[in-house]
Amino acid sequence: MTTTVEPLNPPTRRGLELVLLIVAVAIVLLAWVTVDLNRNDTVPANIVPVAGGFAALAVVMHLVVRWRAAYADPVLLPIVVVLNGLGLVMIHRLDLARGELGVDGDAYRQLIWTTLGVVLALVVIIGLRDHRLLRRYTFISLAAGIVLLLLPLVPGLGRTVNGSRIWISLGPLSFQPGEFAKVALTIFFAGYLVQTRDVLSLAGKKVLGFTFPRGRDLGPILVAWVLALLILVFQKDLGSALLFFGLFVAMLYVATERVSWIVIGLLLFAVAVAFALSAFSHFQRRVDLWLDPFSADSLAMSDQLAKGLWGMAAGGLTGSGLGAGRPWLTPFAESDFIFPSLAEEMGLIGGVGIILLYLIFCQRGVRTALGVRDGFGKLLAIGLSFSVAFQVFIVIGGVTRVIPLTGLTTPFMSLGGSSLLANWMILALLLRISDQARRPLPAASDNPLEDAAPADVTQVVKLR
Amino acid sequence: MNTPVRRLSVLIAALFAALLVASTMVQFVQSKSLDDMAANKRTLLDNYSRERGAIVVADQNIAASVKVDDQYKWLRTYPQGKLYSQITGFYSYAVGNPYGLEHTSDDLLSGGSDSLFVRRVTDLLTGRQTAGATLDLTIDPKAQAAADKALGNNRGAVVALDPQTGAVLAMVSHPQYDPNPISSHDLKKAGAAWNTLRTDPDKAFLNRSISELYPPGSTFKVVTAAAALENGIVTDENSVVPGPATLDLPLTDTNLPNETGQPCGPNNQTTLIHAMEISCNTAFGSLGLDLGGEKLRAQAAKFGFGDSLQVPLRVTPSSVPADLNAPQAAQSAIGQYDVRTTPLQMAMVAAGIANGGRVMTPYLIQSVRTAGLDVIETGKPSELSQAVSSRTAQIITKMMVAVVDNGSGARAQISGVAVAGKTGTAQHDPGKPPHAWFISFAPASDPKVAVAVVVEDGGVTGSEIGGGRVAAPIARAVMEAVLR
Repeated sequence: MTTTVEPLNPPTRRGLELVLLIVAVAIVLLAWVTVDLNRNDTVPANIVPVAGGFAALAVVMHLVVRWRAAYADPVLLPIVVVLNGLGLVMIHRLDLARGELGVDGDAYRQLIWTTLGVVLALVVIIGLRDHRLLRRYTFISLAAGIVLLLLPLVPGLGRTVNGSRIWISLGPLSFQPGEFAKVALTIFFAGYLVQTRDVLSLAGKKVLGFTFPRGRDLGPILVAWVLALLILVFQKDLGSALLFFGLFVAMLYVATERVSWIVIGLLLFAVAVAFALSAFSHFQRRVDLWLDPFSADSLAMSDQLAKGLWGMAAGGLTGSGLGAGRPWLTPFAESDFIFPSLAEEMGLIGGVGIILLYLIFCQRGVRTALGVRDGFGKLLAIGLSFSVAFQVFIVIGGVTRVIPLTGLTTPFMSLGGSSLLANWMILALLLRISDQARRPLPAASDNPLEDAAPADVTQVVKLR
Repeated sequence: MNTPVRRLSVLIAALFAALLVASTMVQFVQSKSLDDMAANKRTLLDNYSRERGAIVVADQNIAASVKVDDQYKWLRTYPQGKLYSQITGFYSYAVGNPYGLEHTSDDLLSGGSDSLFVRRVTDLLTGRQTAGATLDLTIDPKAQAAADKALGNNRGAVVALDPQTGAVLAMVSHPQYDPNPISSHDLKKAGAAWNTLRTDPDKAFLNRSISELYPPGSTFKVVTAAAALENGIVTDENSVVPGPATLDLPLTDTNLPNETGQPCGPNNQTTLIHAMEISCNTAFGSLGLDLGGEKLRAQAAKFGFGDSLQVPLRVTPSSVPADLNAPQAAQSAIGQYDVRTTPLQMAMVAAGIANGGRVMTPYLIQSVRTAGLDVIETGKPSELSQAVSSRTAQIITKMMVAVVDNGSGARAQISGVAVAGKTGTAQHDPGKPPHAWFISFAPASDPKVAVAVVVEDGGVTGSEIGGGRVAAPIARAVMEAVLR
């Protein structure tokens, strides 16, 4: 394990974050005003309180980060503000098209969820002084993750929406617990793998140049695989199954540094796909739609993919302009298809911008994983970053026909409270870990073992 | 653990690169072909949000786009309601624009035509919203209104042409429909209106004047007379032709009788002009026997039978069947058997005779103007064919004047004006009354208007009275409207 050599007093970069935040808020407000000018020829009437509130959220986040995580990565928060803001703008824009204004609109609810997301992130940053504390909750996270995943299957609680059983309802509230399961399971994987990585990586037989693990060490990956299959079969949620399994294989590979795990993972994945294709017409249809979304048969079956692609094509290079296109023609324009909606109105240029923002976000997460000194932090950071990257790939790849379309939310953008809260939590965790990664080491005498310590040593943290 | 983290970061970059490539394919490389897909409603909506050109008759809009405050931005309206419905068609978001000029001249009206390219480029540079071109029609609103009124509640069609140019002066088809509700932005209302029209047993959506084929009946005797004169079977209107009560047809047991059951003249003979006046079946049947099917067919073709015309509305080609045997030729010579014609085609026959034998190509669009009032296209008269010599035309004119002055077409008389005409009664279904026909032009000496009228089921079986009684007054009303 290598660590980057930091100067004794590295800059905190909070000033940079503030500048980027101002730019981010400005981009969002510009987008919002453009929508209303294009739709109604007026500046939104409630611009002062709403824009003020939105900016206040960003500023509060910034101040708390300055206070509690001064060395955190300065780029993560501004990117999330832009993405979340553009998502809000698009949801508001679709509200306008449907005539659902004010408290009737989806944007109003999404704004409340955004606020709650920020509050959750603040709680995490303030309450969690050191990410390594989470290692204590490794198996609690496992239990929580599994319970959250299985909740939608509980009769009376779970609901089936668009063929997938991934929702639960509690009175008036509905909720996708899978989004939180993703965070819980990433914590579990990190804690579990950092303990077992030596066994998983050292023992084994060499076949064809790869060191393959012993049979009894295959247990964990098989458990993860079976879990993913269960999601697939009982919740009919191909996207989540793919996300969980991919996330686990990626973290297993990082923990063990052995390519053989990826080979095994891909083989298991192939088996699962073959099984799904033969067992469920549902998946066969998705593949047909992917291969030819424009045939008469496909359009009769489901025209949402085709409509999304037509929307993007209508936007072309520069887009119709926010508020001047017709994103509402596509079903789920505010959730699964929010990327095509934005790409229609902001054009290829805007769409590329959004993809690049996600890429930068994930690569800053990768940097955090490289920089942080403890193994648990490394695994947690790469796991969280990869989960966001993979999820973006699955959903945007689905609507742009890179892979078959599977329902997943677009992180930070899609309409929906659970997704927003979970992703703000991921942001808070990455900020926390990046603060640890960039924070200068305490004087050597304070903590002589810190750098050399094996990653699995749990310590009570005394960094401040 | 940093090596696999770095490799994973390369994988992440590769995944995002795939997304960038896919987005570029959709939004840049393939965007045109995606836009052009027929099922893509967005392209349709784009057309709707542009100001569509008007269709104009004598400075009055008969189809115009009105700015409205909804997502479609422009509402297509038809201020005259039913009167021009089969000419304009309709322009509906719910249904499309399958009929009329809205269909055939869509490129010009929407502004997408190549002839508007320069305009579009300047619009792009000046930031002006591109609007479609305006179509000025050749229709004479008085003639159109007169035809509509005279046709009344009958099913049928009226076409009036300027014989010297081919310009369409009136084009009426009954029943009509109101294009406004189908073009409504209230999609439910539009769908219901379309359903009513689509399932209408009388097919009001059909422009009978150019899209429906009828047996021409005795009006086709004008074509037979032209063929006989051109081929030297007869020399002039006074040539003697056979006129028995019944013409014995070779090869068959059936005969061709006169409707009156009487011979057309003493000694079973008559003159060509008298045969025309009283519409003598046996005389023209016998000319058909003498001519044979091919010569009859060739003469019809010179008047335009068999041509696929676009005025620019698509005209169904009229036809005389090929390979007629002798009895079939005799039947065809009086406009029965399988001879089929549009009302426009019979108007072209009348107009060809009126114009000294020269048939002019019919056209409906006088000029095409851009939104900036530049005329980019003008309808120019062009000759379709020299159907008969001017001498033949003169002889036939003389005979057709006699039909109106002394014969079956008396009800087409206009005081002070020499009118040439020919009646027709066309059997089409043994259980129904025959169709009543009338073709005419006036003034006979210097023709300004040629008309064809068909009234479905308007005749009386076994009598030539139908054409003269029902159709001739309609033709007279239209001619009067043009001449006065």
